[in-house]
Amino acid sequence: MDNLLPRWSELLELTRHRTLAFLRQPEGVFWVFAFPIVLAAVLGFAFQGGEPAPSRVGILGDAGGWIARLEADPRIELVRFSTREDADRRLAGGHIDALVLAADPPELRLDPARAEAEVARLRVLVAVGEIDQDRLAIEPVTERGARYVDFLFPGLLGMSLMGTGLWSIGFSVADMRQRKVLKRFLVTPMRRSSFLASFLSARMVYLAAELFLITGFGVWVLGVPLRSSLLEFTAICVLGAVAFSAIGLLVASRAKTIEGISGLMNLVIVPMWLGSGVFFSYERFPEAIHPLLRLLPLTAFNDALRAAMIDGAGLAQLLPELGMLIAWTVVPFVVGLKIFRWV
Amino acid sequence: MSVPPAVRATGLVKRFGALTAVDGLDLVLERGTCLALLGPNGAGKTTTIEMLEGLQRPDAGEIEILGRAWASDPDGIRERIGVQLQETRLTEKVTVHETLRLFRSFYREGRDLAEVLEVVGLTDKRNARVETLSGGQHQRLSLACALVSRPELLFLDEPTTGLDPQARRRVWEIVEGFKNAGGTVLLTTHYMEEAERLADDVVIVDAGKIIAHGSPAAVIGSLQAESIVEIHPKDGSGDRLLDAALLALPGVGEVRREGSSLTLVVTDTQASVGALLGHLTTVGVELESLRTHSPTLEDVFVALTGKHLRDG
Ligand SMILES: Nc1ncnc2c1ncn2[C@@H]1O[C@H](COP(=O)(O)OP(=O)(O)OP(=O)(O)O)[C@@H](O)[C@H]1O
Ligand SMILES: [Mg+2]
Repeated sequence: MDNLLPRWSELLELTRHRTLAFLRQPEGVFWVFAFPIVLAAVLGFAFQGGEPAPSRVGILGDAGGWIARLEADPRIELVRFSTREDADRRLAGGHIDALVLAADPPELRLDPARAEAEVARLRVLVAVGEIDQDRLAIEPVTERGARYVDFLFPGLLGMSLMGTGLWSIGFSVADMRQRKVLKRFLVTPMRRSSFLASFLSARMVYLAAELFLITGFGVWVLGVPLRSSLLEFTAICVLGAVAFSAIGLLVASRAKTIEGISGLMNLVIVPMWLGSGVFFSYERFPEAIHPLLRLLPLTAFNDALRAAMIDGAGLAQLLPELGMLIAWTVVPFVVGLKIFRWV
Repeated sequence: MSVPPAVRATGLVKRFGALTAVDGLDLVLERGTCLALLGPNGAGKTTTIEMLEGLQRPDAGEIEILGRAWASDPDGIRERIGVQLQETRLTEKVTVHETLRLFRSFYREGRDLAEVLEVVGLTDKRNARVETLSGGQHQRLSLACALVSRPELLFLDEPTTGLDPQARRRVWEIVEGFKNAGGTVLLTTHYMEEAERLADDVVIVDAGKIIAHGSPAAVIGSLQAESIVEIHPKDGSGDRLLDAALLALPGVGEVRREGSSLTLVVTDTQASVGALLGHLTTVGVELESLRTHSPTLEDVFVALTGKHLRDG
């Protein structure tokens, strides 16, 4: 029965071995630590206040007094066309957001399904005086917590903790299986529990570094708020990291090759990048699928991270999300262990 | 009570679908001796050794390792055996010493790492990363991992395949050192010179069955040949040599053809070669070459199966 418990000496050595092998792999270190920071920096600065990009509006023919007014508006970049054919092609290709046709009254052509087109329409209407801007007071928001980067950062953190968790187990297990090292270990008295636990302990080592580097960058450089207590925030991160480790174990439980595991990993990861509210809120998807999206572990993780960082939510307010993460730990772990291919 | 043998296997069978990879194998390996499993690709050597190592479960048969059964005392066995698998690629980014240290941590008792490094001749490579090792050095590190627990019984699956002659001899020296210290070894190989040098007993397997068993000298003796004569007739003229005529020559026990060359198994080299040369002149066959050598395990294998041990 005590075989179910890891043995300290070998757990320590396995963890050391795994961590060293990882840290000495520059590519791995880049993707785990540097990439999320680079991504946060690029996206964070790109969307950090400043002037929004102007709308590109095409114009065909002589639209009378409109031209001067459109030209005077800094939020509109005017593109002149001489043929209708040319103008339509540029509009269809998305090079311009809207097209003004000189007529009486002038006509505005655009694709209402494109958000940029709607913005362009609004700006054109404001520029030509169809909307009286002064009747509606506008107050620019610069408060911490309300900017796009504040929304984005917790999602990026969740995404990168997911990636590390899945890959650090999935890839290593498949790799060790392919290199016959796993088999080699099995002819020693090494306990299987030590082997599995070492992935988790190595994961915790990376997590400490990730939290310090990535969160540190977000908070100190991008100015993203961290309003919950540090302890509770860390606890959420640990729960998320453990859940994705368990999912990694499940994904790796049968895979024999690196190619096999890569395919499976992408199958797991890509839907969550899209559906779990990393770059934009999943509320933008049709209401009907929200309950499904909330079942995804990354959705629960991102929601919890956002609530903790931005709204200062504590563990007690996040029980549904944390429960979901625990379920995503227990079920994959039990199933993964059951079907695990040891030899 | 007498000490149980290091390995006792009876009636081992392993099937993969319709294929019977190991087909009723019996083995006994006494302590302090070395047994070589010899056989061509796909003979079932790895499958057999992996069943003994507890990695594969036999479909039928009994296995006892050092007097213990896998079902009742797996860790008791694992603590006492050292294993080198046919293909293990150790983690590249860690060093020789770090690798050994990891394997050492799996065992309750074991040896000093410096001592093991000395034994396999990797002392000055202790801080080198595994990725920088040559094939021979990697293989010796893999041996070191098998020796780090001070095992009683060593399983080596093709320990020298793919190594150059010099690297091969270094591996042999390490295995001999282990044997001389009282260790028991079971190895598989394609190389008859390896078996002849290291093994007290050889078991030749083909298609999962034992086809010859005994000391190398006894197995070679079973051929009842004094030497093997190979002749290469000049192009095409070999057709003029009839098997019946050759077998009628004094001392010729067996004739085999491979392409244009012929191999004769002879019991009296002088009489046979003399008569053979006379016969060649009579029928008008000119020779490209004629070679004789003492019979080897390879010749036994070819005589028994018509195949070579190492045909790639
Ligand atoms: N897991 C498996 N599934 C299906 N067939 C297998 C499996 N393992 C081995 N075999 C087959 O069993 C036979 C014996 O294989 P084994 O690896 O034991 O041969 P071997 O004597 O070690 O050969 P080699 O000298 O090439 O290492 C081969 O025909 C092989 O294809
Ligand atoms: Mg083999």
